[in-house]
Amino acid sequence: MANAASPSQTPESNAPVACYRRPFAGTQPPHLHPPYASSIKRAPQKPLVYLAHTLSEITGPVFPRETANPKASDLTRQHKGEPLGERIVVSGRVLDENGRPVPQTLVEVWQANAAGRYRHDRDTHNAPLDPNFTGCGHALTDDEGRYKFITVRPGEYPWKNHYNAWRPAHIHFSVFGPAFATRLVTQMYFPGDPLIPYDPIFNCTADEKARNRLISIFDWETTLPEEALGYKFDIILSGRDATPMEDLT
Amino acid sequence: MSLQATTSQTVGPYFRIGCTWLNRDDIAGKGVAGERVTIEGRVLDGDGKGVPDAMLEIWQANSQGKYAHPDDQQKKPLEQGFIGFGRVPTDNEGKFHFTTIKPGQVPGPGGKPQAPHLVVSVFARGLLRRLITRIYFPDDPNNSSDYALGLVEPERRKTLVARRVTGRDGALAWDVVLQGDNETVFFDC
Repeated sequence: MANAASPSQTPESNAPVACYRRPFAGTQPPHLHPPYASSIKRAPQKPLVYLAHTLSEITGPVFPRETANPKASDLTRQHKGEPLGERIVVSGRVLDENGRPVPQTLVEVWQANAAGRYRHDRDTHNAPLDPNFTGCGHALTDDEGRYKFITVRPGEYPWKNHYNAWRPAHIHFSVFGPAFATRLVTQMYFPGDPLIPYDPIFNCTADEKARNRLISIFDWETTLPEEALGYKFDIILSGRDATPMEDLT
Repeated sequence: MSLQATTSQTVGPYFRIGCTWLNRDDIAGKGVAGERVTIEGRVLDGDGKGVPDAMLEIWQANSQGKYAHPDDQQKKPLEQGFIGFGRVPTDNEGKFHFTTIKPGQVPGPGGKPQAPHLVVSVFARGLLRRLITRIYFPDDPNNSSDYALGLVEPERRKTLVARRVTGRDGALAWDVVLQGDNETVFFDC
């Protein structure tokens, strides 16, 4: 039971601080997924050591508001001209597993340009770079956990994982959430992309419903007439467990 | 209402496009009290080759053992502007480095103090989800009674403890070995 002298007690409420939930079975990828060749030499081979959450895991970086540049959420206005490609609005909410919004949390995105080329030294794909598109952005969620990016639809591109391998169109997302324990990096896909069922990265997660939640939803509400198609992508972070931290001794 | 956390996906090879803006290799910054340390090392794959496309994120308390976070309710001082977050990429040989201060002790299970440590996330192409590990400090008398170190087989504990670099004050070395005989201990948390 909670120790009355424990420094992690909340003095006002006297309520112990709760830990974060562990993932539901099959909803997170294994470390080794041989069809994704890069995992073979990089996945740990020894079992992970189960660690109860301590103050070190239930806290995490709180970025001051000024960390985020308000202009960084529009990826189409980072250069003199407009980028080539189909303009899109990608928006959604960051929620926890209890359905509560995660406010003021940092969301980072990066992606290929409309031709399927990243502005990165190691991307040698024979598709043109776009001088008007860098392909990165960030935003803080608002008080309701909402975020919104304006960008262009990224192109599909070949990679050397296996013969004739092509990645489906995707946008990388990085989200912090309230604690070290809630940190998440993922990828968002587009509905109807014929490459999705063949993608070893998409397929690394056993649970089909969990995989399919990585596919964004076409959204009329955020579609701008004569301007941009809207896609909705909600991100769920690990939520508080009912078990208080001190009970895990 | 019970939702399920979104599935993790790899950062892939091109995360630098989106993540470099938040790189911070001086975690404590000027005016923050504490013993200054530089921590350097390499991220190595199963062939012992440096991983050139990895990124580490570090989270830590200040020298008093206080996290800059609302859920840390300890009555301990906190420097204004101290965040305690670092993000560093690896270079072409898999090397990384950062400077910070040695954190104080923070409470563990049952309120028992943990040995000073940094918590670390490792991201890279090939890692479908981040790897979580910790860095402890050499010769700290609290290491022998630390909660997390105590969960680890004795012969693997050394993978979590930085080594002193001889001849350079405050320089510590610590590597991330992703797989193999000297594999770093990674935590499920």
